[in-house]
Amino acid sequence: MSANTRQKKTRAKKILSVGSEWSFELIDDYYREIARVAKGFGLDTYPNQLEVISAEQMMDAYASVGMPVMYNHWSYGKHFLSTQKSYQRGAMGLAYEIVINSSPCIAYLMEENTMTMQALVIAHAAFGHNSFFKGNYLFRSWTDATAIIDYLVFAKNYIAQCEQRYGEDKVEELLDSCHALMNYGVDRYKRPQKLSLSLELAKQSERANYQQSQINELWRTIPKRIEEEETHEESRFPSEPQENLLYFIEKYAPLLAPWQREIVRIIRKIAQYFYPQRQTQVMNEGWATFWHYTLLNQLYDEGLVDDAFMLEFLHSHTNVVFQQPVTSKWFNGINPYALGFAMFRDLRRICEEPTDEDKAWFPDLVYTDWKKTLDFAMRNFKDESFILQYLSPKLMREFRFFAILDDDYLPKLKVAAIHDDAGYLDIRQKLADQYNLAGREPNIQVYEANTQGDRSLTLRHYQYQRRPLGNSVHEVLRHISRLWGFSVKLESVDEKNRILLSYECKLEKRGG
Amino acid sequence: MIHMIDRRLNGKNKSAINRERFLRRFKGQIKEAVTRAVNGRSITDIERGEKVSIPVKDINEPGFAHASGGIWERVFPGNDRYSRGDEIDRPSGGDGAGGDGGAGNGGDGEDDFVFELSKEEFLEFFFDDLELPNLVKTQLKQSMVMKPVRAGFTSDGTPTNIHVLRSLRAALGRRIALSAGPLEELNTLQEQLDELLETQGERSQEVQTLQAIIRELKAKLVCIPYIDPFDLKYTNRVRVPKPTTQAVMFCIMDVSGSMDEAKKDIAKRFFILLYLFLVRAYEKIEVVFIRHHTQATEVNEHDFFHARDTGGTVVSSALKLAKRIIDERYPDADWNIYVAQASDGDNWDSDSPQCRQLLSTEIMPLLQYYAYVEITEGEPQNLWFEYEKVAEQNTHFTMRRIRNPSEIWPIFKELFKKVSARGGA
Repeated sequence: MSANTRQKKTRAKKILSVGSEWSFELIDDYYREIARVAKGFGLDTYPNQLEVISAEQMMDAYASVGMPVMYNHWSYGKHFLSTQKSYQRGAMGLAYEIVINSSPCIAYLMEENTMTMQALVIAHAAFGHNSFFKGNYLFRSWTDATAIIDYLVFAKNYIAQCEQRYGEDKVEELLDSCHALMNYGVDRYKRPQKLSLSLELAKQSERANYQQSQINELWRTIPKRIEEEETHEESRFPSEPQENLLYFIEKYAPLLAPWQREIVRIIRKIAQYFYPQRQTQVMNEGWATFWHYTLLNQLYDEGLVDDAFMLEFLHSHTNVVFQQPVTSKWFNGINPYALGFAMFRDLRRICEEPTDEDKAWFPDLVYTDWKKTLDFAMRNFKDESFILQYLSPKLMREFRFFAILDDDYLPKLKVAAIHDDAGYLDIRQKLADQYNLAGREPNIQVYEANTQGDRSLTLRHYQYQRRPLGNSVHEVLRHISRLWGFSVKLESVDEKNRILLSYECKLEKRGG
Repeated sequence: MIHMIDRRLNGKNKSAINRERFLRRFKGQIKEAVTRAVNGRSITDIERGEKVSIPVKDINEPGFAHASGGIWERVFPGNDRYSRGDEIDRPSGGDGAGGDGGAGNGGDGEDDFVFELSKEEFLEFFFDDLELPNLVKTQLKQSMVMKPVRAGFTSDGTPTNIHVLRSLRAALGRRIALSAGPLEELNTLQEQLDELLETQGERSQEVQTLQAIIRELKAKLVCIPYIDPFDLKYTNRVRVPKPTTQAVMFCIMDVSGSMDEAKKDIAKRFFILLYLFLVRAYEKIEVVFIRHHTQATEVNEHDFFHARDTGGTVVSSALKLAKRIIDERYPDADWNIYVAQASDGDNWDSDSPQCRQLLSTEIMPLLQYYAYVEITEGEPQNLWFEYEKVAEQNTHFTMRRIRNPSEIWPIFKELFKKVSARGGA
């Protein structure tokens, strides 16, 4: 069935509900219809679990980064307080934000919502996000949806035990330090091992023993007095720079106790679980928004929902996908919902009703089956490559995109490209770059651990486009040296590996 | 069937632990804010939450981030004027064009992190250096004492609350109501039958039919249940705030030159604490402020804490004024009267015996309790000794010397015992 033919079909079916009150029976009816329609479009999802919660519980969920179980930490208390505040001021609704990448996939329905909003959440989260989690390659290779909840339960319990055994303060310090490195806990180019709780537990004690032996091995050499600085490339440890700081610390930090290593590992594993989400925000939200839009319109075309339902739904939908122009005082970057939704819709348009321009730009896409094309796009890309592949000139014109070059060697800002023939490729490239992690986060790697001398750790910051580090670097280094146990240096180097700047956090040698 | 779970009945306070940890971590800053708030609030206005703000830079969690500088190429939506190659002056503020979406520029936190402390949390911080026992803290943070009272009957409740008499009465009413119609019909039919039987024989068709109808009606009447769940009436109880009487609290403070700000601050906490105790025991509380040097005057709270006088000290002037106010406005039959006095112990030598005299004979018999704190580093003086004599004769007279807020509590120990014993009665 093609939902695109907007003529009113025979409205033979019965309207599901009238008015805004929801009930469990109604949710069940809506869910069944939405599931039927989604299946018709070929969406493949994990099983769903809908949970009805109150506004306060929703704030709890927000505060613990959306996870139903989480270890305790003051920073989640901070999030809770700020969420509570903005919610009470009415500055934010808690409509359909939270859905959990797990199997079964958990979506929250807030009791204050109207039936329309509940249907919207079901379509958006339980089918949109859910199918993205199941299909997108990053999620497939980095997260194991069936194991995450069990793993979080394990993590929470383990950390709670450590708190009892070693004191809350010590554990909190350690968590603070790990959190500071949370974005440096993955190997971007290695396929990680899937998370599995049973294996994790079986290996835990084994790992502790083995690690300790490794560490003893690495640090066994009695430090010799070395007069001159040795810089033998071949004897450097690690032989290659390591980008996974948390892993390196977990494996080689000389003074950590086994329980501390285990906690570093837990944070690393949780960071790994969130890693794909940081790179697919536009796609993920765009996909979910596209599908709630498509599914609910389909219900309308079939006569299952009435005009009042559609008006309420569209009101909420348009608020979500609105893009403030840069000149507006509310401008706050590019709205991922707006860009993502526009791109998936545009992709469908290119498949179904291409213009001559589209035929020139996307010869492989025109007149293909849009469901297959969108499915392929959802599965095989992340934000950066998705934009590079699919952003059409038509959309660039619609968004009125323009690129500004801000080079600190130049006295003024420069308009590098605008939405015209000469600028399309440029804009597309630059917008994709904006979603590239290397551009977003400084590239920092472990360069050397001094195993022979003072045991200090040297990190390197490989500058990207000459961008300097923010002031927070000093504080982060303090955290790293707390984990490492000895002094930590950081060198900013340019593309020719010349050292431009050094930072250092010295730790006095401990007695004993 | 979709797997649906209703979590609304689960605990709401999943974040309570994290919230508490956050408060603990920033205890220093929050305490300062609370202290500021206490200084700015009146004694009777302690029990509210408070907005607390902490500089953002203190609570930020650090992470590596880029600062502005180097080359940034950003794409923005909503171009309404520019063509390729245009040059734009850098906006002041050193940041790129119009802010950037989350690339984080080292975060110069201009804003404060503002959040709300609940009433309980606020009091927790207020009590913090008073070193109260935990039990007392929880008692103090509790709200109104509720007491269940009977309030008629309802038609649903727990089996233990079934009211037998009412239920049976309702059953009787229902039986009457349901059987009235059929009974009337039965009576008329019975009369018809009697008439028929006089004219016709037992076997006639009409008699048979009538008898059948009568049987049916009788069966219907038998079917009306004797008692039905519908009849059950339950005793209803509603919780109402415990009715208590009214109290008046006199705050008496020496404002002669020797009472400096620090001493007044301790005195204020002392008064606040007493007020909090009384609020829990009485529904209505009035507070009377009396300040004195050589003469006593009744003032409002602001002047009480914020005006300074010079000159000597005559304590009895305040006691006399308190006595007069009691006689005029607070007859002791209707009011529970509490007096809290704070002083640095200075008094005219000849006045102290007079104070003892006043207290022992005229004032103490009217009072529930008299708490005297002497805020001083020095040696006790004659007022103290005279008061000691009063304390010997009156169990409801307490006196302490305090140098810091944590010493206020012992005074309340005894008072608290009294109040809760009264409350529990």
